[in-house]
Amino acid sequence: MRTAGNMKHLQNENKQAAPGTMEHKIVMRDVHKSFGKNHILKGFNLEVPKGKSLVVIGGSGTGKSVMLKCILGLLEPDSGSILVDGEETIRVNAAKRDELMHKFGMLFQGGALFDSLKIWENVAFGLIHGLRTPKKEAREIAIEKIRDVGLKSEVAELFPAELSGGMQKRVSLARAIATNPEIIFFDEPTTGLDPIMADVINDLIIKCVKQLGATALSITHDMASARKIADEVAMIYEGRIIWCGPVSQLDQSGNPYVDQFIHGRADGPITSHQKL
Amino acid sequence: MVADIHQVEQVKAKAERNPIGLLLNFCQYLGGGILAFTEAIGNLTFFVIRTLGHCFSPPFFPSQIARQLIDIGYYSLPVVGMTALFTGMVLALQSYTGFTRFNAESAIAGVVVLSITRELAPVLAGLMVAGRVGASIAAEIGTMRVTEQIDALRTLSVNPFKYLIAPRVIAGTIMLPILVLIGDIIGVLGGYMVSVYRLGFSPANYLHQTWDILEYMDVMSGLYKAAAFGFIVSVMGCYQGFYSQRGAQGVGAATTNAVVSASILILIFNYVLTQVFFS
Repeated sequence: MRTAGNMKHLQNENKQAAPGTMEHKIVMRDVHKSFGKNHILKGFNLEVPKGKSLVVIGGSGTGKSVMLKCILGLLEPDSGSILVDGEETIRVNAAKRDELMHKFGMLFQGGALFDSLKIWENVAFGLIHGLRTPKKEAREIAIEKIRDVGLKSEVAELFPAELSGGMQKRVSLARAIATNPEIIFFDEPTTGLDPIMADVINDLIIKCVKQLGATALSITHDMASARKIADEVAMIYEGRIIWCGPVSQLDQSGNPYVDQFIHGRADGPITSHQKL
Repeated sequence: MVADIHQVEQVKAKAERNPIGLLLNFCQYLGGGILAFTEAIGNLTFFVIRTLGHCFSPPFFPSQIARQLIDIGYYSLPVVGMTALFTGMVLALQSYTGFTRFNAESAIAGVVVLSITRELAPVLAGLMVAGRVGASIAAEIGTMRVTEQIDALRTLSVNPFKYLIAPRVIAGTIMLPILVLIGDIIGVLGGYMVSVYRLGFSPANYLHQTWDILEYMDVMSGLYKAAAFGFIVSVMGCYQGFYSQRGAQGVGAATTNAVVSASILILIFNYVLTQVFFS
């Protein structure tokens, strides 16, 4: 069984198993994060290879979202190190954080579209306010991105509340890729969608990540989605990565926690008490 | 496991019956309350300092400021106007019934204009705007918080303090004095209408008495107060919304807290500012 204790050894194995992916876009080392007495990340280690899609799977409350927010700088870890392109990102100043944010794109679980803005304004928001692109040019890019995610250009003039959940997810994806980010984060990209729409979103994620040549880090419960969009999969349990490897080895992980999770079994080392 | 829980419950119940246990519980409760209060004061102070920093440093968002000027100022005009009008009318009527006992009817114009400009227009406009605008700011920003829109702003390289908070605080601080100035005029007009058309005062005399008693500082003190109240209303709305939690329930609580805290602070600062201006 691979446990949290032999994580480094495990990651070394993976590096050896996949030569040519030695360069890492994101490296998290011994990251700790607590909320009061609730210790969420307990020495979290993760390496995301450049140009690859890594999916982190795990139950609710295991620390997936906290991990993502720590990388994005929305939460500050209590200790540890988070490197992006080899540069430390914890406790950096505002200017450095802004510079770093230009590298990131994020698809939020609920879309997080600005409901007071039109669809094209949502998609162009990062271009206009973050990169200072002229409004006219930003609008053209936004409409192009809206088409890229399979929506008609007429949608651009609507407001988010006028769209279905699936369409909102597509718009959110268009916003995430509008600034051509180097790293894209996907937070539960298929949650709340029917299986067909979920597959459409998965295809769009693969297409967009490939087009941009970006590095992708996703978190999900949805195993169908994980198998489809991942090059590598990592499983988080109780604030640590307990298994990491290529998606092709997911079914032969030899890890009872991973086996239980991917097969959705109630019986196993992950007890209902721990799940709660 | 169940036996353990039962034992713990028994120990707790025993401690609760013990007078020393009761005293300790009370001290714990009191200490917790004091800690929470001081923490809230510290957080609010930090929030205000941060907000002021962003109000005076670029980049600015002129379109957001313009939108808030209209939302906070223009759309509050009817409610502030109606409040000032009826306050001026009631003041004239009440003063008349009181002052006739001392044959001091000629003082009504002065009482109306001084009460409106110094106290009633700024305080009532502040309270009305706290109800209308403070609640709306807290609800809007609170909803953005719980739907991750504020996190989305950060990931798009936009500082939420610059985009959401500073425009609202700037607009609130600018627009409330303008609303109060308009409220002053409407309030005096209300007093004039009742005095002239209901109580039979001479229009020329009433206006003459109003103008004679009014001093520059009477109006300006009201406008300074209004600027302070506008700042308080917008900051409290933003603060409560920005730190709202727990979904719809949290947004509801943030809205209530924004209105209640802004109203109480307006009344406290009204006393402090009156002391500063007129002592």
